[in-house]
Amino acid sequence: MDRIKIIDVHEDVLANNDRAAEALRARLHDAGTLLINLMSSPGSGKTTLLNATLDAVADRLSIGIMEADVDSDVDAYSVQRHGARAVQLHTGGMCHLDAAMCEQGLRELGTQGLDAVFIENVGNLICPAEFDTGAARKVMILSTPEGHDKPLKYPLMFEVSDVVIVSKMDVAEYFDFSLEELERNVRMRNPQVRIMPLSAKTGEGMQQWIDWLLGEVAAWKA
Amino acid sequence: MHELGIVFHMIETLETVAAQNDLTVIGRVTLELGEVTGILPDYLLDCWRWAADRTELLKGAELELHQIPAVTVCNACGRTYATVEHGKICPHCQSPETVLLRGNEIEIATVEGY
Ligand SMILES: Nc1nc2c(ncn2[C@@H]2O[C@H](COP(=O)(O)OP(=O)(O)O)[C@@H](O)[C@H]2O)c(=O)[nH]1
Ligand SMILES: [Mg+2]
Ligand SMILES: [Zn+2]
Repeated sequence: MDRIKIIDVHEDVLANNDRAAEALRARLHDAGTLLINLMSSPGSGKTTLLNATLDAVADRLSIGIMEADVDSDVDAYSVQRHGARAVQLHTGGMCHLDAAMCEQGLRELGTQGLDAVFIENVGNLICPAEFDTGAARKVMILSTPEGHDKPLKYPLMFEVSDVVIVSKMDVAEYFDFSLEELERNVRMRNPQVRIMPLSAKTGEGMQQWIDWLLGEVAAWKA
Repeated sequence: MHELGIVFHMIETLETVAAQNDLTVIGRVTLELGEVTGILPDYLLDCWRWAADRTELLKGAELELHQIPAVTVCNACGRTYATVEHGKICPHCQSPETVLLRGNEIEIATVEGY
């Protein structure tokens, strides 16, 4: 029998993924396409926000959507009706997307002529936070029925996000949701994050989100 | 399920390590696992058993976890503290200018095989 060897590896398990994500980000920068990773629990309002966003920027931006949420073929159709180029990603039942899956989806979608691409990530607040998909910006949605203490239970998601959207503000009062407490809990984890309370249903608060998106797209191309 | 994704990435890395070191069988792997990775050790071990046994290289291989406590350092006062207990705000001086020092590792430390 061969001699047993003990090898000192000391390699980050996600190092391969991180390298792939970095390369993808650089390529998308050259191409002038802003990739945004949209994350939330199931039912927090990702598809609804995307549809409202597509309607709001229809004559200003070309947008692509990659749907990864479990069982979301329906979502891909829904955003297509609102004028986006869309593909359904197949995560093989996995709880998150990694850079390789994302890259494959982008190839299918074709980024030519697109100003921005949104990933509707798998509905889950833990796993998607761990994996760099190659996106330039990370946006998470917390809906008011989920409660203002979520940042205490899922800290990483709130730490890695550039923007926290507080959705379904129109029903906040029925769920004893305190925006003030939410802001305090989020800032404890991530002092720099932008917090945007809105309702995709009534349109309240949508303007600052649209302004942010337009600004980020312009900055990415500059 | 998140743990399964990690295991798939581990197996990918281990296949590279095996090729570089002329290993045909790996019998044991040690993994350093930080406290705030969000990974549940028991699930990880279950996923490992399931996925590793489906490869030639890692059939029956043992996975040993070394847990690493999370520590944050404060850039304002220079002191460190336990991350899980206090979060992002320094308990010594209340500054939010803090950085995670360790606790986020998912790192393959050593590999044993022939
Ligand atoms: N009241 C209210 N309901 C909303 C809002 N946004 C989404 N919803 C509802 O929440 C449910 C889930 O929304 P959806 O966009 O499919 O969530 P997703 O799973 O994150 O894509 C749907 O019934 C939506 O109509 C909102 O701003 N206000
Ligand atoms: Mg959806
Ligand atoms: Zn301090």
